[in-house]
Parts: sequence; structure tokens; C-alpha cells
Amino acid sequence: MMETLIAKKETVEKQTQTINGSQAVLEAFVAEGVDTIFGYPGGAIMPIYDALYDYHDKLKHILVRHEQGGIHAGQGYARASGRVGVVFGTSGPGATNLVTGLADAMIDSTPLVCITGQVFAHLLGTDAFQEIDVINITTPVTKWNYQVTDATEIPAVLAKAFYIARTGRPGPVLIDITKNAQLQQFEYEGYTPCTHIRSYRPKPIVRKEFVAEAAELINKAEKPFVIFGQGVILGKAEKEFKAFIEKAGIPAAWTVMGLSALETDHPLNVGMLGMHGNYGPNVLTNDCDVLIAIGMRFDDRVTGRLDKYAKQAKVIHLDIDPSEIDKNVKTTVGVWGDCKETLPLLTKLVEAKQHSAWVQRFHDHMAEEVKEVIHAELNPSGEILTMGEVIRNLNELTEGNAIIVTDVGQHQMVACRYAKFNKTKSNITSGGLGTMGFGLPAAIGAKFGAPDRQVITIIGDGGFQMTLQELGTIMQNEIDVKILILNNQFLGMVRQWQQLFMDKRYSFVDIASPDYVTLAKAYRIEGQSVSKREDLHNALSTMLRHKGSYLLEVMVGKENNVFPMVPQGCSVSEIRLK
Amino acid sequence: MNKQEFTITVYTENHIGLLVRIATMFSRRKINIESLNTSPSEEEGIHRFTIVINEFEEVVRKLARQIEKQVEVLKAYYNTNEEIVWQELALYKVSTDEIAEKVQVERLLREHGARAVVIRKDYTVFETSGHREETDKLVAVLAPYGLIEFVRSARVAIIKASHGFHEKLREFEEATPGEEQVENEFLNKQDSVFTM
Repeated sequence: MMETLIAKKETVEKQTQTINGSQAVLEAFVAEGVDTIFGYPGGAIMPIYDALYDYHDKLKHILVRHEQGGIHAGQGYARASGRVGVVFGTSGPGATNLVTGLADAMIDSTPLVCITGQVFAHLLGTDAFQEIDVINITTPVTKWNYQVTDATEIPAVLAKAFYIARTGRPGPVLIDITKNAQLQQFEYEGYTPCTHIRSYRPKPIVRKEFVAEAAELINKAEKPFVIFGQGVILGKAEKEFKAFIEKAGIPAAWTVMGLSALETDHPLNVGMLGMHGNYGPNVLTNDCDVLIAIGMRFDDRVTGRLDKYAKQAKVIHLDIDPSEIDKNVKTTVGVWGDCKETLPLLTKLVEAKQHSAWVQRFHDHMAEEVKEVIHAELNPSGEILTMGEVIRNLNELTEGNAIIVTDVGQHQMVACRYAKFNKTKSNITSGGLGTMGFGLPAAIGAKFGAPDRQVITIIGDGGFQMTLQELGTIMQNEIDVKILILNNQFLGMVRQWQQLFMDKRYSFVDIASPDYVTLAKAYRIEGQSVSKREDLHNALSTMLRHKGSYLLEVMVGKENNVFPMVPQGCSVSEIRLK
Repeated sequence: MNKQEFTITVYTENHIGLLVRIATMFSRRKINIESLNTSPSEEEGIHRFTIVINEFEEVVRKLARQIEKQVEVLKAYYNTNEEIVWQELALYKVSTDEIAEKVQVERLLREHGARAVVIRKDYTVFETSGHREETDKLVAVLAPYGLIEFVRSARVAIIKASHGFHEKLREFEEATPGEEQVENEFLNKQDSVFTM
């Protein structure tokens, strides 16, 4: 009786206040712990920007130069911080400019909440000014999207948005809010975070019998091999992962998205998988007896030809997304669950072992790769600089402590292959979608996501020219990102393929560059360009020591290729060293 | 294994935009939807999609998992024709004069279990229900007598082995699911998961 009375009293005292939809959006952000928004205003989102004017002490807004830059910055923020990135765009072109970033975030499982303004509800479907059907355009590239036409929905919808974006396999969520809903006054009862949606099960109860089956396979294995992806980072399970491989003594190779989850120098880190990965991990994939895939999705760039991929091996697949299990590679044991939970269970059941002879085989293959490829790439004897030696010099200066944000192409593969990492969440790149132009804006976001860390973006001359307008964002906000352009005066990766597979018919890959140093100067960003070996180390050091943003262009060999390479349509064991 | 007819049954929330989200799962993979029906289900507020496609089982299994992954989808099942009871509804419009004149037509309609829905001076609308072959047969039979209009509905299907969605829904509504809940039942049976 007493209890009911108290309960009643509480309901009566429940405070409501009249606010508008725009304020409700920002209240949700504050409640969710958002600190930075990347965005660009416009007609249909003006009420939200008007409300934002009063929130400047709680929410930082970074005005980007293009909505694509805004969403990539949101991605960079999310990847560097492990939190949800938040992006604003207006209706129509503002919304369509987000599409590339949404697709990128979708395929790379990056948690984002994007808010787009929309025309008044009564104008929907009338071809009103800057009206576009953003919900239908973004359906295939969002984990969830929703159009709000009534402000009273906003608190619950935003709560759902954040919950969906960050739980389970993370992904981008887009909420489209009509202008009338942004302006509409309503009785606000406070913000309640979402913890359950009946149709959405972000993670399952871990089934111990499958973990036990997996452990049994691992304990019987002579040549077990771990391949891991971003799932380890997204699951914040780096420690659990390391404990597992160390106890079981299993060599581990990473996908591009998994890079930095395990430090480069770890004795069981045997390198990179896939098309431009290391020799040993690719060849020995087809030699191991138990393949343990953790938080990765067997992308075609990793597996090469599927019907010749690890056919001899029993496959264990740990993933939080059940639709990934058996999607590309048939598993012997699937363990559906959050690897933060499943890995410790597995570690408990595996026997402590050292597969020294097996691990040595990876080292032997590495020695061969060093001899055939790596030595010449990192310590070239010719006059012309290689991308590899730039990264080697950078490693010497950063000692593996920087966040490296790459764009897409040859420089990306070289950076992933050779950059050293000591800390997780340090490699930020567009893996699944391969979005040129990702690097510069993502680096901006990364700096806000990890303000205490050195952020270096390595970009090719092609990719830089896709989103260089974001230099304006760097200038205006004095963002400390170091921009390292590796200029080979070509769209290098496409040129490499044309050379190797299309008889050197260099069709439209010869791209001219502006004077990047002068360009940077126009944005009040200091910089220099080097092309000689004797200047390289100093130039990198100057860049890193410089207070604030800096642009360094390094002229590298025009027709250098990235090797090793698994040619498309070939098996991983047919990897070419030259 | 050849391509064969599969019926995918999807239990969903009743939300705007979900039809597109589900339809793009098929169109993205260049899979033609033979028929699609949305309707209420045995559970109040829960929608039920019935989708028929012609595909390899492997493809259908992966597709069902991708569909089930969508936030507003509660569950997706797929079944072969042997595992379901299904019907399609067909309507036929023929000239009333024609029927009145030719006794044969009336006999044919009766033989095929057709029932008059509307009888007007100028035309009569008949309906039949059944499998596609059955409704198609009547089209062929009526053609010589001037079939003015014909339309057939999407397939609706009942899964023979299903105990309905009630228990599953209660399970999903639990904010903190217990150990006994078999959310990841597909790992139990790997291949035959989405069949109940």
C-alpha cells in the first residue's frame, strides 16, 4: 500500500517542460554523452541549428565544407573513440551527400547517428524545394532509418537510434525529421535511454556447447591459425583476444579492419591477410588444420578464390552477426556471440600450448618475403623514393603511437602493411567500400575522437583531390592533423592493375596535381614537398613536431607496385611476390 | 540441388518503409519475387509477409538470415512446398451473355469450383482459390469464351509444423532473456534452421 502511494506521488511530481522538437534532439545528444557534431546547415534543418545556438557549452559543432566530409569525420570520430559519431545534414542534396559515408559506415560497421532535416510534413511527396525521399535512398545503406513527422516521437526515436547504432554489429542510423516536427512544441518528459527492442536482438545468449566444441577442435589441432577482424576492436575485446592466442599459442593474422587490435610487435602477430597481405598468412591459410576466424567476415579481398580457400581446414567462426556465419565460408563450428564474452569462455577451455614449429613457418615465410619484397621496399637502393620507406621513417618517429588514417589505394595497402601500431583503434581506413576521399575528413573526426593522440593521415594524390575542401575545416577550427601526401602522379592502384592485367594500357590514370604546398598555404596550413631521400626524415620530423596542422607532400616512384599480391580470381596460395 | 520454389514467411513490426527494406534484399541480389503478400498474423500488431521465390536452398537460407537481421523483423522462416499449405485467390470476369448462351461454360466453371461473386447484366465475376496450376487451368478453359479480365492474388501459406508465433513473441518481449531461450537455434541444426 505504502509502495503504491509513493509510486503515485512520483508520477504526479514527474516534471514536464514545453520544448520543441529541435531541443528534444539536442537533449537526447546530451543525455547520450555526445560531445561533437559534424554538420552543415541548410533550410530544412535550420530549427535544429537555431536550438544548437543555445547548446554551445554542451555540444561542439564542427562546420565541415561538404556533407560527405561531415559523415567521414563522424566515422573517424567513431573509429578513434569507440563511441557513436553524430552528423547533421539538411534535406535534399545535404542528405544525398551523406550516402557514400553511410554506405562506408554500413560495410565497415561504424556506429553513426545522422540527422537530416526534411521539408514540412504537408509538403512530403510534392517535389518541394530540396525535398528528396531520403528514407528510401538510404534504406540499403543504413542499419535502421526512420522519418519523424511529430515531435513527440523524437525522444524515443533518438533513444532507439543510439541503441541500434552502437549495439550488436554496429552501423549507421539515419533519422529524417520534418521541419514542422523540429518546430513543434510539446510536453517533454525527459529522456529515457533505450535498452530493448523486441524485434532486435543485438547479441545472443552464448551457447556454451559450441564454445566447448570449438575448444575441442583447437586442442586437437596441430596447426591452428587465428584470423581476426574489426570485431575484436568493436567488441572492445583486445585484452581477451590476446589472452586467448597467448594461452593457446596460436599465430594470428589480421584483416585491414582488424589492424591495431594486436600490437605489431607481438610475437604471435604474423601479419596481414588478403590481396596485399603477407606471404605466410596467405599461403599457410591453405595449410592450417583449424582456422579460427574472430570478428571478421571473409571478404573476397581476404579469401581470394573461395573454392580454393582453406578447404583442408576445420573452420571455427566467432561473430556477433549470425548472418555472417556460413555466408562465405562454411564453418565446422559457429560461435554466435559477442567476442568479449565468447573469447574468455574459449580461453578457459583451451589447453596452454606453444606451436613453435608451426609459428616458425610463418617466420620462415616472412624471411622470404623480406628478402624478395620488403627489404627493397623499405630500404631502396635507387634514387627514387618508395612509399614503404616513407612509412619506415614515420615508424621510427612515431614509434607506433600515432593514429594513422589512410585513404584508398596503393598508399593504403603500403601503410597497412608497414605502419607500426602499439595501441588499438589506431588504424582508420575505408576497408569494405574503398572510398577515395575518406582520409582527410576521417582524420579530422579522429582528432576529435582522440584529442590527446597524434593523428596522421596518409593520402594519395588522387584521393586527396576528392575531399580537399576539408582543408577549410582544418583551418577554421585549427585542427591538429598531419597530412602526408604520397604523390606518385598516378591513380596508382588502377595503374598497377592496368600494368599487370591489361597490357600496360594506362587508361585515364595519369592525374595532375596542383601545388599542394601553395594550396595548403592558401588555407594557412604550413607544409613542404620533398623528393630526395636525404630530406625525408627531417621533413617527417618537422611535420610531427609542428604545432598544429601540417601538409607534407612526398614525391614517390611513379610506377612502383604493391607486392605481394593475390591476383583477383586466384587462390590465396597463388600469391605473387613480384 | 536445383532451384525450387520456396516460401519465405517473415514476422515483422508493422512499420512504414519495411516493405522496401525487405524488397531490396531480393532486388539487390537480382532475385525475382514471384509473389508477395503482407497481412496481419495470428499476433495482434505483428505483420506477416509471405514471399515466394524460385532459388537454390543455399541462397534462400542466406537471404532469410539477412532478412531476419533487419531491426524491425522478428523472425524469418523458409519452407519448401511440401512443408506448407497454401492458396492463391483468382478472379475471372466473363460476359454474362456468353454464360447464359452456352451451358457448357457454366459446367466448366462448376467443374473448377468457381463461385460467382458478382452477377450483372453485362458481366459476371467468378472466383476460385487453389494452387497456381489450378487457377491457371481455368484461364485456359475460359479463354475461348472471351475472358474479359483475370487477376490472381499472391500466395498465402500456413506452415504445417508451426505452433504459431505466440511463444516466440513472448520470448522476444522479455527485456532480459533467460538461458532457456533458443535464440540461436540455427546453430543447432545449421542447415535446416529456418524451417520450424
